[in-house]
Amino acid sequence: MDTRFFVIWMEEITAAVRAGRDHLTRLDAAIGDADHGTNLDRGFAAVAEALAARPPDTPGGVLVLAGSTLIRKVGGASGPLYGTAFREMGKALGDAADVSAADLASALEAGVAGVRRLGGAEEGDKTMVDALAPAARAMARGVGGGGDPEVAFAAAAAAAEEGAKATVPLVARKGRASYLGARSTGHEDPGAASTALIVGALRAVAARRSPRPKSRP
Amino acid sequence: MKKLINDVGSVVTDALRGVAAAHPSLKVDVEHKIIFRGDAPRPGKVGLVSGGGSGHEPLHGGYVGYGMLDAACPGEIFTSPVPDQIVRATTGVDGGAGVLHIVKNYTGDVLNFEMAAELSGDEGVEVTRVLVDDDVAVRDSLYTAGRRGTGAAVFVEKIAGALAEAGAPLAEVARAGREVNDRSRSFGVALSACTTPAAGRPTFELGETEIELGIGIHGEPGRTRAALREARELVRIAMDAIDDDLPLSGETLVMVNGMGGTPLMELYIVFAEVAAYLEERGATAARRLVGNHVTSLDMQGFSVTTCALTDELTRLWDAPVETPALRWGR
Repeated sequence: MDTRFFVIWMEEITAAVRAGRDHLTRLDAAIGDADHGTNLDRGFAAVAEALAARPPDTPGGVLVLAGSTLIRKVGGASGPLYGTAFREMGKALGDAADVSAADLASALEAGVAGVRRLGGAEEGDKTMVDALAPAARAMARGVGGGGDPEVAFAAAAAAAEEGAKATVPLVARKGRASYLGARSTGHEDPGAASTALIVGALRAVAARRSPRPKSRP
Repeated sequence: MKKLINDVGSVVTDALRGVAAAHPSLKVDVEHKIIFRGDAPRPGKVGLVSGGGSGHEPLHGGYVGYGMLDAACPGEIFTSPVPDQIVRATTGVDGGAGVLHIVKNYTGDVLNFEMAAELSGDEGVEVTRVLVDDDVAVRDSLYTAGRRGTGAAVFVEKIAGALAEAGAPLAEVARAGREVNDRSRSFGVALSACTTPAAGRPTFELGETEIELGIGIHGEPGRTRAALREARELVRIAMDAIDDDLPLSGETLVMVNGMGGTPLMELYIVFAEVAAYLEERGATAARRLVGNHVTSLDMQGFSVTTCALTDELTRLWDAPVETPALRWGR
C-alpha cells in the first residue's frame, strides 16, 4: 500500500465522519456532552485540508500529519487520543514508501498502545479502546501467515463494530461518561462508535482497490 | 431553542469579539482564541493561564486581569482548548518567572494542557500545573476519571493570582493554588438541561417536577434524578454532600453559583439557606460570592462551593482584583 492508499483512507474517514456526525453527537448527548460528531467532523475536515496543502510522500507521513492535525484542531479528549493513535501508527511505519498489511497491523498495535498510555483506559472501561484493541487483534490475526489484506481489514472492521456494540451494557470508567456511574449503561460509547467508522473506512478503501490477483481469470 | 447568535460555527469567536469591544483593558487575540491581560507579559511575575470549554462564562476569560489570570484559552463549547492555543498563551504571558496552568479535572483539559506544558517546556518556559477537582458528586475516583473541577477554579484563580501579583515564585503560587483546591468542595443541582447552539435542543430531558442532583458543568446528567422540592431541602442535599466529604467549620469562603439560567433572586434564596446551614454547623460564611460565575450555558440550577479559609487565604482573597467578573480594592 502506497501513500495514495493512505490519503484515500483519510478521505474515506472524513466522509464517514461527516455522514455519521449527527449520530455520534446523539450518542454523546446521552452520556457525554453532545459534541463528539461535530468535533471529529471539524478535525477530519482539517486533516483533509492539511493533506491537500502539504501532501506527504510516505504512508507514515500521511498518518503523522493526520494525527498532528487532530491534536491541533479537535480539543477535548478525542483530539489528543485519536491524534496520538495516528501519530504512533505513522511513526511505526517509518519512511517506507510502500507498506504491507502486516506493517499496518503492527502499526495499529502501536497506535492502540499510544492511546492506552495517554488515556489510561483498558478494555471494558467503555472507551474507544473497546473497539480499537479488538480491531488490532483481528488485523494481526488476519495478516498472520500472509493472509489476504482485504479479508484482514474486513475482520478488523467487524471486530471494531462488535467492540463498539459491546460497550452498550458497560459502566464507563474513563472520560466524561464515567461521572454518570451506573447510568452510563444502556448506551453505546461514542468514541468506540467513531473508532468503528475509522476502521470501517479502511475496509471500504481496501475493497475498492484495483482488482486483486485472485479475482483475475 | 432560540439563541442570540449569528452563526452556529462562529459562536466562540463572535463572543470574543464582544469581549474585546467591551473590555479594552484586555488584549483579545480573536484569531487564536486567547484573552490576555492588557499588560502581559509582566517581567518577573509568574504568569497564570487557565482555559477550558466555552459555555461557562465568565469562567475563564472573565477572570483575566490584575490580581487573577494573565490569559485564558476558551475552547469550542464544552470542549477543551487545543495545545497550540495553550502554548501561545503560555509563552505570551511568561515574564521569566514561569507559568502556572490552572486545569479543571476533565480528561480533555488534562490531556491538552499536558501536551501544551511539554511543548512550552521545549520553548524554555517553566510550567507547573494545579489540578482543580472539587466536585463531591463524583464519589469513587477509582472507577471514574476522578472528581470534576467546577467552582473552586474561581477560588484558585483569585488566590493564586493574588500571590503571583505580590511577586511570589512559581512553586509558592502553585502551593497556594493546591491548598485552595484541597480545602474546597462543590455540589451542583440542575432544574433544567442546557442547550448547546450546535445541538439546538436540551442535552437531556427533565420533566416538570424533576431535577438532577450532582451535575457537572457540561450539560451532562448528574448522578441521580430526583423530585423538585423546596430550595431549603435542595441546599440541605448539596451541603450534606459537601459536609460529609469535608466537615464544615470555622471561617468559610462560600460561592452560590448560578448555572446560567437562574434568576439572581433565586440564588439569594439559596444563599440564605446556605448561610443558615453553615451557622448550624458552627461555621460562618466569612467571604461570599453570589451570582453566575461558572455557568453551563442556559442551564437552570445552582452549585455551592465552599473553601475552609486560613488567615493567609483570607488575606489573598481580599487582595485587590480587577477583571471583568471580579473587581474590588483597586
